Amino acid sequence: MKKPWLVIKSLAILIGFITITGCSRDDDNTPGVTVDVPVVVYSARAEHLIRPLFERFTEETGVPVQFQTGNANAIVERLRAEGRQTPADVLITVDAGNLWYAADQGLLQPLNSQFINDTIPAHLRDPNDLWTGLSIRARTFVYHKDRIDPAELTDYASLADPKWQGRLCLRSSSSVYTKSLLASLIAHHGEQTTEQIVQGWVNNLAARPHARDANVMDAILSGQCDVGLVNTYYFGRLEAENLDTPLALAWANQNTTGTHVNVSGAGITQHAKNPDGARQLIEWLASEEAQQIFGALNREYPAKPNTEIDQQVQAWGSFIQDQLNLDILGQQQQTATRLADRIGYD
Amino acid sequence: MKLSFIRLSPWQIAFWALILIISLPLLRILASWFEPSSDIWLHLYQTRLSGIISNTLLLLFGVAIGVTLLGVALAWTVSLCEFPGRKLLEWLLFLPFALPAYVIGFIYLGVFDFPGPVQTWLRDTLGWAGLDIRAYGLTLVIVMTLVLYPYVYMLARTAFYAQNSALIESARLMGMNAWQVFWKVSLPLARPAIAAGAMLALMETLADFGTVTLYNYATLTSAIFSVWEDFRSLQVAAQLSTLLLVIAVLLIFIERFSRGRARYDSRHRITYRPYKLKGIVAWSVTAAISLVVFLAFVLPLVQLVIWAWQAYSLEWDNRYFGWMSNTFTLAGIAALLTVSLAIILNAVKRHTRLSLISRAGLRFANLGYALPGSVLAVGIMLLIIEMGEKIAPGYGIWLSSGVLALLLAYTVRFLAVAYGPIESHFDTITPSMVEAARSLGANQQQLIGRIYLPILKPGLIVAAFMVAVDVMKELPATYLLRPYGWDTLAIRVYELSSEGLYEQAALPALMLLGLGLIALLGVAIINKHYQSSRTKNPEPFA
Repeated sequence: MKKPWLVIKSLAILIGFITITGCSRDDDNTPGVTVDVPVVVYSARAEHLIRPLFERFTEETGVPVQFQTGNANAIVERLRAEGRQTPADVLITVDAGNLWYAADQGLLQPLNSQFINDTIPAHLRDPNDLWTGLSIRARTFVYHKDRIDPAELTDYASLADPKWQGRLCLRSSSSVYTKSLLASLIAHHGEQTTEQIVQGWVNNLAARPHARDANVMDAILSGQCDVGLVNTYYFGRLEAENLDTPLALAWANQNTTGTHVNVSGAGITQHAKNPDGARQLIEWLASEEAQQIFGALNREYPAKPNTEIDQQVQAWGSFIQDQLNLDILGQQQQTATRLADRIGYD
Repeated sequence: MKLSFIRLSPWQIAFWALILIISLPLLRILASWFEPSSDIWLHLYQTRLSGIISNTLLLLFGVAIGVTLLGVALAWTVSLCEFPGRKLLEWLLFLPFALPAYVIGFIYLGVFDFPGPVQTWLRDTLGWAGLDIRAYGLTLVIVMTLVLYPYVYMLARTAFYAQNSALIESARLMGMNAWQVFWKVSLPLARPAIAAGAMLALMETLADFGTVTLYNYATLTSAIFSVWEDFRSLQVAAQLSTLLLVIAVLLIFIERFSRGRARYDSRHRITYRPYKLKGIVAWSVTAAISLVVFLAFVLPLVQLVIWAWQAYSLEWDNRYFGWMSNTFTLAGIAALLTVSLAIILNAVKRHTRLSLISRAGLRFANLGYALPGSVLAVGIMLLIIEMGEKIAPGYGIWLSSGVLALLLAYTVRFLAVAYGPIESHFDTITPSMVEAARSLGANQQQLIGRIYLPILKPGLIVAAFMVAVDVMKELPATYLLRPYGWDTLAIRVYELSSEGLYEQAALPALMLLGLGLIALLGVAIINKHYQSSRTKNPEPFA
């Protein structure tokens, strides 16, 4: 007779227990008065790329950092869902489109930092001061040195030429990096021309679009295709594993608009409890020292000009960046997606 | 015969309270249709929608055939035939269950796609032109079949074992050959279990995100993600999710239909294997089953070990202890919750004349399994926040910062996993057994202790095990809902593999596998103990 109540009661106790332990874990990290108030970060940048920086920051300033990683969309959605109750002070994410979206949704507050304005070039920052880029990744040609003369690789549009028929590999259009690249093409050439270019790419594909940049490079290595488009740091990882790799990078659009670049970046959340700590952290991330680590950890380019660049990255040579304000990538991403859908670029 | 105790309100209250809690996230998703619609639907209709739907149905169809054929064939062979190495293979066949589908997915891609060692060798030695294996839906069907057949195998095997040796013996005496015994005796009796297993596999397929994305094969689930990402529309994503629900409902109808009126009677168990295979036949069976074990388990395992070996010094640190204990804690609590819930729901369903509405509620509560974890997480997130804003301000964050939301997600998602096996064991308790016990003077306590628990126990263990392993492997909901400090091994696998760092990802993947195997071993030991204690005391009313 008592069975159901018993079960219900024990379930209730269990749930209570779990909730309490769940909450108390949070409390562990808000210790006494002597320690500085922690900065809470939501990061879409992977743990191993961001953790060493936070540790260094805490070491130098004494300000502890609590962070949680997550998928770029999800953390923005979570931030929005939590509203004014959010524990997060800083949002760190990858891709300008994601930063733009967080800003667009009113989830960020102005940085109000003279230091950032002086340090980071304007095209890598939000025009409304809601976010700043912290590291640069270019998306450009990767090719097989035995099969292609880099002189043949001029601009993104040239990959639509029928001479690349069956020789091109691309990452899928659902990748945010593909979307941002298409968005930049739309911003420069207009929708119609871009549609023709991308149609040309799709016609030239040697295999279904790949899920990751690493797969694109594997395909080129194996002879499935000869050329592709990747973020520079993915090539960097491949090169670090095999110094004699027959693949190489070539810079796109050097005689026209410059190579398409994207950023990882940060902003202070609208409802930050510790906006000063947040600003302190972001400014520190933009400092010379942090910028060097930031780049070196992931073989990216520092957002702060004239920062010493990692040797391996330096060896790829300098290139002209696209000066398009990254804010535009965010605005054009949906147009890019629709365009890819119409063409049937998976 | 009075069963009135069950009509008392506690059961009903518990029933409806639980159904309501479980259904809330689903209801929230359905409610998305009341929000204004957008032009995204027109765009989808004009572009990807038809491809997405046909891809999804094709995959389901292929996997349904694959897991049923493979799972049933394996289960029948190991439970009714004797061949060299049977005992070992019988257990090895369970193991792929402990591997997450996305892990096998990335290993297969690495080994068998154009740049992989197999095709490279073929090109170099035979001058073969090469093949983009991702271009064929069949590849994905094979991968999913190898990952998901254990669902059918596990349940079908239990069902075959629960059949009566005497029945099979008399069929043989009447001149039936093995093939006829299989079709006319074993299969009809095992149909509910097979159907239940196949349905779990299909729900899992429907909800899979990791594997299909890896192969760039657009299904409803991956489309839900990309609509969310591409158009930043949670609403359209939620609306698309209802399409998933529709397919899930259809699947359930098909399952009910194919289950038919079959009921199996478990007073007996297979006491010996009637088919002793000999010579070449026996060895080919051994070889064929070994091949399955090799492809589904050994190959991925070897690859993982090689990678983990290479990356061990780079990847290992003390934080792994924390990730392991988180994984274990979450899986354990979720299994406990889900199994308790499934028992209550099953008990109520069995012992009260459920109205049509209650039955529908029960079905509805089981739908969560078909929902991708992320969709579920979004539903829960929306709920928490909306409730937090409207009912108790400040409460929302309290919920979302503990593991409660995550446990709710697990329970909703995996209720069906626990519900199925427990239901089919409930089905083996015939009314006449209960009547007999009562007429012998058994009271409520004795009924539960002497009939229900002993008969349900294997089902409960299987259910708890499946839920625990599923929770350990679960990725999207964990990723979205975990509070600070609750990273798990699956999260680590995902973070590393999504950066293309497969070698490093192999380490946590291997640990995940280890935990799964420990769970499996635990079940085996408990099962064995239970079986031996049962044979010692064969007469329940003695």
